[in-house]
Amino acid sequence: MAGVGSACLFIALLTALYAIAASVYGARSGRREWVTSGRRAIYCVAGLCVIAFGVLESAFLRSDFSFALVAEGSSIETPTFYKVTALWATQDGSLLLWVTLLSLFSTTVLFLTRRSLRDIAPWATAVLGGVAAFFLLLMIGWENPFDTLATPPADGVGLNPLLRHPAMMIHPPMLYTGYVGFSVPFAFAIGALVARRPGADWIRATRRFALIAWTFLGTGIMLGALWSYTELGWGGYWAWDPVENASLMPWLVGTAFLHSIMVQEKRGMLKVWNVSLICATFTLALLGTFLVRSGILDSIHAFGASTIGVQFLVFIGLVVALSAGLIISRLPLLRSEAKLDSLLSREAFFLLNNLVLVGLCLVIMWGTFFPLISEALTGTKASVGPPWFDRLVTPLALVLVLLTGIGPVLAWRRFTPAALWRVLAVPIAATGAALVLLLAFTDAADSWTSLLMFCLVAFVLTVVSQELWRGTAARRTMTGESWPRALGRLTGRNRRRYGGYLVHAGIAVLFLGVAASSAFVDQRDVRLRPGDSFEVNGYQVTYREPTAKLGGDSGGTGAPISFGAVLDVRKDGKHFVLRPSRNYYSTADPSLGTISRLFEGEATSEVDVRWGLTRNFWMAIRPDIGSLDKPIREADAKFANASGDVQALIVAALAERYRRDPPPAAFRAISSPFVVWIWIGGGIVVLGALVAAWPSPEARLRRVRSLYSARLGQELSRA
Amino acid sequence: MDPSRKRKVRLVVALTAAVLLATALIYTSFSASTEASKPSEIKPGRSYELTGKVVNGSIRHDGDDLRFRVRDRDGTTSVPVSYTGVVPDPFRDGREVIVSGELEHGTFVAERDSLVTKCPSKFTKDEQSS
Amino acid sequence: MEYVLALVVLALLVAAVLSVPLRRRGQEEHLEETRLAELRAAKEAKYREIRDAELDHQMGKLSRDDWRAVDRDLRNEAIDILRELDRLEGKVPQGGMDR
Repeated sequence: MAGVGSACLFIALLTALYAIAASVYGARSGRREWVTSGRRAIYCVAGLCVIAFGVLESAFLRSDFSFALVAEGSSIETPTFYKVTALWATQDGSLLLWVTLLSLFSTTVLFLTRRSLRDIAPWATAVLGGVAAFFLLLMIGWENPFDTLATPPADGVGLNPLLRHPAMMIHPPMLYTGYVGFSVPFAFAIGALVARRPGADWIRATRRFALIAWTFLGTGIMLGALWSYTELGWGGYWAWDPVENASLMPWLVGTAFLHSIMVQEKRGMLKVWNVSLICATFTLALLGTFLVRSGILDSIHAFGASTIGVQFLVFIGLVVALSAGLIISRLPLLRSEAKLDSLLSREAFFLLNNLVLVGLCLVIMWGTFFPLISEALTGTKASVGPPWFDRLVTPLALVLVLLTGIGPVLAWRRFTPAALWRVLAVPIAATGAALVLLLAFTDAADSWTSLLMFCLVAFVLTVVSQELWRGTAARRTMTGESWPRALGRLTGRNRRRYGGYLVHAGIAVLFLGVAASSAFVDQRDVRLRPGDSFEVNGYQVTYREPTAKLGGDSGGTGAPISFGAVLDVRKDGKHFVLRPSRNYYSTADPSLGTISRLFEGEATSEVDVRWGLTRNFWMAIRPDIGSLDKPIREADAKFANASGDVQALIVAALAERYRRDPPPAAFRAISSPFVVWIWIGGGIVVLGALVAAWPSPEARLRRVRSLYSARLGQELSRA
Repeated sequence: MDPSRKRKVRLVVALTAAVLLATALIYTSFSASTEASKPSEIKPGRSYELTGKVVNGSIRHDGDDLRFRVRDRDGTTSVPVSYTGVVPDPFRDGREVIVSGELEHGTFVAERDSLVTKCPSKFTKDEQSS
Repeated sequence: MEYVLALVVLALLVAAVLSVPLRRRGQEEHLEETRLAELRAAKEAKYREIRDAELDHQMGKLSRDDWRAVDRDLRNEAIDILRELDRLEGKVPQGGMDR
């Protein structure tokens, strides 16, 4: 079966190259049949990739260890869900996922635009084919997912236990969908430049793809943060690690792009800016994919060795050179059609928001690549840590939130200055009220940046509510509808705008969570014996008893041995129980004894969190199994060749020993306010994006009618 | 103000903002950065980001402290480290680590929670943080 | 062996699919139609802008004079689009659909 997969990849590469050749030839000679053939080639590439993906996935599900990839990343006892998702936990498999998603997206957009954008689509096809060809070449030449082993092992190595978490397995497909999604507007932007059609047509056709990509990328980032918070033993959700930053940078620039294309659609301005932005977004998406695989930065997330690092750099260099060259050569065509009428218009503030977002991206880029920069400039590799990022990002983030509140309030083209007071009165009053309440009833003043952020969040939420209220009222004066109907009609007819407002509200809520949970967190690290208790943030925590479990654990990860604790937490009459633990997996290392092997594989922290709307209580444990070292070594000597059943009995005995007389264990307890609102805010953002992306009923009707008229025209001409 | 003057003003404002940002970036990053160094390179008196491999068999738990030795990736020079705080899950003998701190009386005293352990295998994705 | 077999089969399949459009040569495509669809989309977008401006005025963001000015500009731009549409629609026979 592996041969079929390999063949699919090879044919796909040839087909992608054909797509480039046919589309370019068809575009230059004007012979439409070659363009159609080129487009179909992309459909074929998608089909071939799907087949290859299916072959690999079935190998994982069947635990076919003749596939080298399956032997590395899966094992017989891996639960089915993780067997399926282990495919993209590996370097090769993730490349296959990337190109499969790319070809599917390309097929979709090319199918939807098969009758429109005649000048641009062929070039876009060529670009998409080129990107696909690169990834296919990478796989065939260096990282083939269909490599086979001459003698397949009896069992595989298994999935790294740290990855056995649902969020971590959905995280890569989400991110890749985001990265891949941005390749569509990029391809059409290049096409528009080559075909000398710099108008807003390419934007209108690909706007939804950009929005969908942005949403998936954001969701992927949020899932990564959630995984970090609930699965790792440090209790944080963002560490400014190079790989986290690598996914955030394209998202920031993508956000800027989504805003500035609106300006081009409405006013014909910012053409150069837009094409540059989308080229930058796509380049950053490639860079993000590259950073994870290259090992050039000291990140703990690196996939590992730079077997394909150089190739990525070359490709990224090509993309940058091509984009820059095209933009410069078409500069005269990209002149603005209009001028900025007023500084108090939406256009002006979108430009400002773009500058802030790009500024944020540059700051993060500087900090991420600083080791390389400092090495180039001073000869020593120096790095900057989270405090530096926090210090520089916070003021920019505050300005950004302020802008998300002002944007919705303004109008396009111009705004009557006298009216400014009228629209801002209520939001400013609400902000002032929030400030007063916070100062009077909370100790929010301890962190003035958080206090400022809270006030700005109040500002944004008030603005959004006011826009909905006033919009509905205005519509009622014009049409006389009832309140609910007017609201429904208002938002239904302008999904883009009101979906956008909802996204702004979600972002504000997200920043509320971030500000509160970072500034007002209470953390304690202690060592306890059973019966001991300690206090954190008014919570009384008592270590009730130790736990030691074998086999199946609640996380569903197939963990063999789990040591933990049961803790009672009490405050103000409230009482809940937490059960953090640590899972110990086995290793196949032959240098260790039979029993030692069961304890010396990877170990993961199984955190227990009590979620709450106002406050989260998070606990992790690091038990000390050093006291079991001697009995384990004795068991190694005595039971070197024991069967699996006997091993289980021995481990059970060791577990019982731990339970009866546990040494002190290290605990970390974190009480942080409003953490859950980070992800609730993220959910609101996704909802808003859905509303904004949803096709309006008029558009659907128009599409149907145009399809009929096209068909009629074709049939008439054939007669 | 006529349009061309307006445009010049905007350009000046934008450039000033860019220059300010660039200055802030350069100044703060060079002053706040820590140097990544190997055990054979560190000297007492300033803070470093120590990178290297954990020496096999050197891990000891001493009450709240974790003690281990870090050696050069391609050498034998090693230095003892004293650390408190979160210990990442992949931490064990032979793994590559990064820890920030200062050399005091021959022992590298680490900053709290600054221990980072790199992923062990070539093809498994790993994420751990301090 | 399996690899070579799959290679040949897939290559033939793909070649077949890709050559279909090349054989169906000589199909006249109406380029004007796609331009029409794009213009219609632009027209709808411009109408929405006109309506939005009126809503903005109703919401108090634009004074009467400001709104008048914006509305005038938008309507002029819409008229340009309509003129372009009329010019193209005159060329392409619609078979009773629109005329």
